[in-house]
Amino acid sequence: MISHLPVLQVIVPLMAAPLCLLLKRPQLVWLFSLFASAIAFIISILLLQHVMTSGVISYELGGWKAPWGIEYRIDKLNAFLLLIITAISTVVLIAAQTSLEKEIPKEKHTLFYILYLLSLTGMLGIVSTGDAFNVFVFLEISSLSAYALIALGNDRRALWASYQYLIMGTIGATFILIGIGLMYQMTGTLNMEDLSQRLPQVAQTRTVFTAFVFVIVGVCLKLALFPLHLWLPNAYAYAPSIVTVFFAATATKVAIYLLIRFTFTVFGLSFSFATLPLQGLFLTLGLAGIFVASSAAIYQKNVKHVFAYSSIAQVGYIMVGISTSTVTGLTATLLHMFNHALMKSAIFLALGAVVYRMGTIQLSSFHGLGRQMPLTMAAITIGGLSLIGMPLTVGFVSKWYLLIALIEQGWWPVAVLILLGSLLAVVYVWRIVEVAYFKEPLAGSVPVKEAPVMFLIPIWTLIIANIYFGIDTRLSVQVAQLAAQSLFGMSP
Amino acid sequence: MILSLEVMLQLTITIPLLAILGIITARKSPNIREAITITASIILLYIVVKLYQSLLSGKTVDVFWWEIMPNLSISFSIEPLGMIFALIASFLWLITTLYAIGYMRSHQEENQTRFYSCFALAISAVMGIAFADNLFTLFVFYEVLTLSTYPLVTHAGTEKAKQGGRVYLGILLSTSIAFFLLAIASTWFITGTLDFKQGGIFSTNVDKTIAGALLVLFIFGIGKAAIMPFHRWLPAAMVAPTPVSALLHAVAVVKAGVFTILKICVYIFGIDLLVVLPTTQFLLYLAGASVLLASLVAMRQDNLKARLAYSTISQLGYITMGALLATSAGVIGSSMHIATHAFGKITLFFCAGAILVAAHKSKISEMRGLGHHMPVTMMAFFIASLSIIGVPPTGGTWSKWFLLIGTMEAEQWALMVVLMLSSLLNIAYLLPIPFHAFFSKALPKDKDITAINEAPWPSLLAISITTLGCLILFIYPQPLFDLATAIIASRN
Repeated sequence: MISHLPVLQVIVPLMAAPLCLLLKRPQLVWLFSLFASAIAFIISILLLQHVMTSGVISYELGGWKAPWGIEYRIDKLNAFLLLIITAISTVVLIAAQTSLEKEIPKEKHTLFYILYLLSLTGMLGIVSTGDAFNVFVFLEISSLSAYALIALGNDRRALWASYQYLIMGTIGATFILIGIGLMYQMTGTLNMEDLSQRLPQVAQTRTVFTAFVFVIVGVCLKLALFPLHLWLPNAYAYAPSIVTVFFAATATKVAIYLLIRFTFTVFGLSFSFATLPLQGLFLTLGLAGIFVASSAAIYQKNVKHVFAYSSIAQVGYIMVGISTSTVTGLTATLLHMFNHALMKSAIFLALGAVVYRMGTIQLSSFHGLGRQMPLTMAAITIGGLSLIGMPLTVGFVSKWYLLIALIEQGWWPVAVLILLGSLLAVVYVWRIVEVAYFKEPLAGSVPVKEAPVMFLIPIWTLIIANIYFGIDTRLSVQVAQLAAQSLFGMSP
Repeated sequence: MILSLEVMLQLTITIPLLAILGIITARKSPNIREAITITASIILLYIVVKLYQSLLSGKTVDVFWWEIMPNLSISFSIEPLGMIFALIASFLWLITTLYAIGYMRSHQEENQTRFYSCFALAISAVMGIAFADNLFTLFVFYEVLTLSTYPLVTHAGTEKAKQGGRVYLGILLSTSIAFFLLAIASTWFITGTLDFKQGGIFSTNVDKTIAGALLVLFIFGIGKAAIMPFHRWLPAAMVAPTPVSALLHAVAVVKAGVFTILKICVYIFGIDLLVVLPTTQFLLYLAGASVLLASLVAMRQDNLKARLAYSTISQLGYITMGALLATSAGVIGSSMHIATHAFGKITLFFCAGAILVAAHKSKISEMRGLGHHMPVTMMAFFIASLSIIGVPPTGGTWSKWFLLIGTMEAEQWALMVVLMLSSLLNIAYLLPIPFHAFFSKALPKDKDITAINEAPWPSLLAISITTLGCLILFIYPQPLFDLATAIIASRN
């Protein structure tokens, strides 16, 4: 059983999805999906434990030996990612049923859960597989279900947002496929480990350069690196709340994982950062992303838009971490993926609770909400403080590591810019806090009650996690550090 | 009651927190709620005094809470400078609570539960700052102090309060994130530790340019010390109720700022290193400019609280200057000034509040002739003014004396002139107020002055105690002086 965990991680949600059709009642479907996701979560914990104690797990799908058959390869990096994805997915699902009641017609609930599980399958597949073509397959599974999920939003603009994402996402996926094809042409293999052995021999060819560029651009489209981020704000804003939470916390992380996997493992550090000017590129785009997106966030009227732009800015921080191409920098990046998942899921879930009560998410609907929904607003405030990077929250931990990484490189101006960037976060977070706590409710608005318990439980679980992992950083820092070291080939 | 010193040290931080629980539970009955606050502050004072006695007997107390990241821990210890700060803050918390009860009730303020809770949280943060064993712990509580006082500043909830709160939070958070955090991270990177150590943590062969730049970052980053040009938050914070202005903006918050600067000068840089840094001279002149300019601005203020605020900025400049002088007398003068200015300024604020409550006046020009109706208040105002100016028979004499000696020791003649000039300016903007109150006739438009009586007795009691404090510090400064000399004792 233990030896089959890598594949079970993907198979469980994959098989659970069609089974949902057999359970007619939406409530049962919800419980069943929650159950499936929880199983996936437990598996990911077991996998992480296993990887931390006894190293990389290689699983041969169908018993075919590695370079020929499909290999599932779990190392510290993807075990960490699997943990993030399944944990968030499970916590978010707790609130799903309550949230869907208000946002999606009853007859579509089953469909929603099926798509959700498929999307989860896709992400888990991308992360666990060690085969480049398999990555593409799972990428399509997760993307196609994502387009459909976003289109389920009850605002008509959701269709347009979904269509935008469909076009951009398809371009991205196609680019990745072309890149993989070119790599296959040069090396005759699709296995990532094998590719990393063979690519250096043909590294100085134009085909490999082209393959690299296609893959990187494709992946950067998926992870919404500035200026390829245009699809993200609307997709997040008009999707059903639960979908927003899930994607904001996990989807971009998966794409970032791919970027790290391709640059560090497949193409190799020296090719990615020494031969090609990736360092400067990522640094510039990352910084530009931080400032452009944070400034844009300040001017948004739709609060989901505010935090969607903030997500793009956070991708910027993550890219700056990668661009240092040092162990500390990569540790900061991995930490921030973990931490950002925690803060954004908490915030977006709280926004979901606001939508549940108010029916809208415009800034004007936040007037006086500090009194009417104290627990929800407190959660948004704490989540916001974490986003700003207050000490004792997770946001501080990743910011600290990023700062140290930049100082280590002697990049003082960048360190200053990073800190200035987080001041912009103060502005866009505080705009919301002020409106909620200092404005009287709009005249003629109906007073609302605190969010239902099924919202408060997951929201506060995540908020407590935000604080807990800001104080006890042993798990996150240790795993991130070891994963970063292993990517630099420093430890087994 | 037999408690170990370690437990008592932790209690200083937790007692105010426990008080919050009590305050919130008893929110329905104001009498019990305020009794809880008073009890908590008495217990806190008792414990701090016990700790003081143990410090005198030469015992060391160390408490280690948690290591958040490698070499970054939350831990506490007791040293003389922190003891001065803790003693003042805990004593004045008791007095201010007494005062606040009279003030808040006769002013019929709303949200008093929130007021007392945030107050207690701020005190807890102050204790954390005072007893912090390393710069990281100090930084954590520094930020907690900023955030916990924000609701106090914006207490009124009006547009003006919101505006003031924005400036308050904006400047304090920006400076602490952009400069202070950067300086801390760099220090950690260079030295590998953030512990406060006698003589500093920088090695003697540290690059002087970098250390000098760090000093600038520290001085600017500690916005709470209100060195120009980052002083705007202090006048802005005067929209708060008077007890808040009194305790937080004459004692806790601003003193936390200069306390941090002193700590950094003495225990991070060490005064031997400080003298040879290339930027020290520049910062000394900056502090001098802050002293003079703020005094000049204070003269032009007609609003009493605004005048006091600018006076505070000027007096904080003294303390920063004393720390940067890097001589024994300078450090002694600075640490004593923390105490003497605290007593003087809190008395002045108490008087301002008493006048506001009893006479509903906030403009200085309207206070003519008030002395006959509020003799106790105006007499207290006079004595406290003397202490700020620094003439006998008040405590301010000693601290200013040592600061002057400090400028001579360092041969900073220009700064000596600045101190003298500023004392003259103090006379010019403080003494006319009690003078006109006693010896001038009320303006014709203020005819209704005859109906004015003294403020409620709890407020008067508080005023009398702090005024007495100003006098006692003159007659019996020995304990304070001993503590102040102990800060640099082990050096000689």
